[in-house]
Amino acid sequence: MAVNPDIVGRSCEPTEPYAVGREKVREFARAVMATSPIHTDVAAARAAGYTDIVAPPTFAVVVQEKTLAQLLAMPGANIDFSRVVHGSQDFTFTRPIVAGDELTAVLTVESVKSLAGNSMVTAVSQITDATGAHVVTATSTLVVRADDV
Amino acid sequence: MIAVEQLTVGEEVATATYRFTRDSLVRYAGASGDFNPIHYRDDVAVSVGLPGVLAHGMLTMGVSVQPVVEWIGDPGRVRGYQVKFTRPVLVDPSEGAEITVLAKVGSVSPEDQTARIDLTVTFNGDTVLGKAQVLVSLAPTA
Repeated sequence: MAVNPDIVGRSCEPTEPYAVGREKVREFARAVMATSPIHTDVAAARAAGYTDIVAPPTFAVVVQEKTLAQLLAMPGANIDFSRVVHGSQDFTFTRPIVAGDELTAVLTVESVKSLAGNSMVTAVSQITDATGAHVVTATSTLVVRADDV
Repeated sequence: MIAVEQLTVGEEVATATYRFTRDSLVRYAGASGDFNPIHYRDDVAVSVGLPGVLAHGMLTMGVSVQPVVEWIGDPGRVRGYQVKFTRPVLVDPSEGAEITVLAKVGSVSPEDQTARIDLTVTFNGDTVLGKAQVLVSLAPTA
């Protein structure tokens, strides 16, 4: 069954605050083969003008992922997780994520399109800090493959 | 510091090669929390019709921006980053997989002090990311 187009415009509850820890940032930086000392060395990050070490750009997906789990579980959406393929990804930053941030994300379904029997769901997750200020918008398009015939 | 006025559209600014092994995938799974078994179990990958274990698309995306970060010298200068996942990266259990990243200037905006850097990411001679673009700020620090 195709993804229900009525979910367009629907938003999820804000996620529980995610506390960005230094060791998690360092672990993620190593996993994506990042070499900048601004990811790992607090003194280097402060010398560059940041309050603490800076997360790699794609670290935002760790926070966004909690909203994608909400999307997949959205009642009536009819998204079969076993058929989901990641189609595209976009991050747009107001500022980088730094250790010490407490981040909350709110997902809104932007569009549901059909193409050759597949459904393409685009979801926009707004990620804000503890003061409510915008940090990054993470947008994913998920391709939900058609049922086998 | 790189000045936006000195950049030319089409100019190559960075290139790098990375090797993904199964260890890289396990490390990324732990760091990101993405434990989809198609990224570490051959039997599961094959059972869903894949030729074998694939790299996480987000690992390829996360690694591919690194030559640009090294070039600008500050990860906080990345203002935007987008990709389309067009082909999978199959990671052989013994050989791993090698990806090559080529970064070129796509456009420059002296008014905003930003540049768009376009990435070409290849595996086995095929591009694996489409429309891979990084928006960087090159504004002088105050």
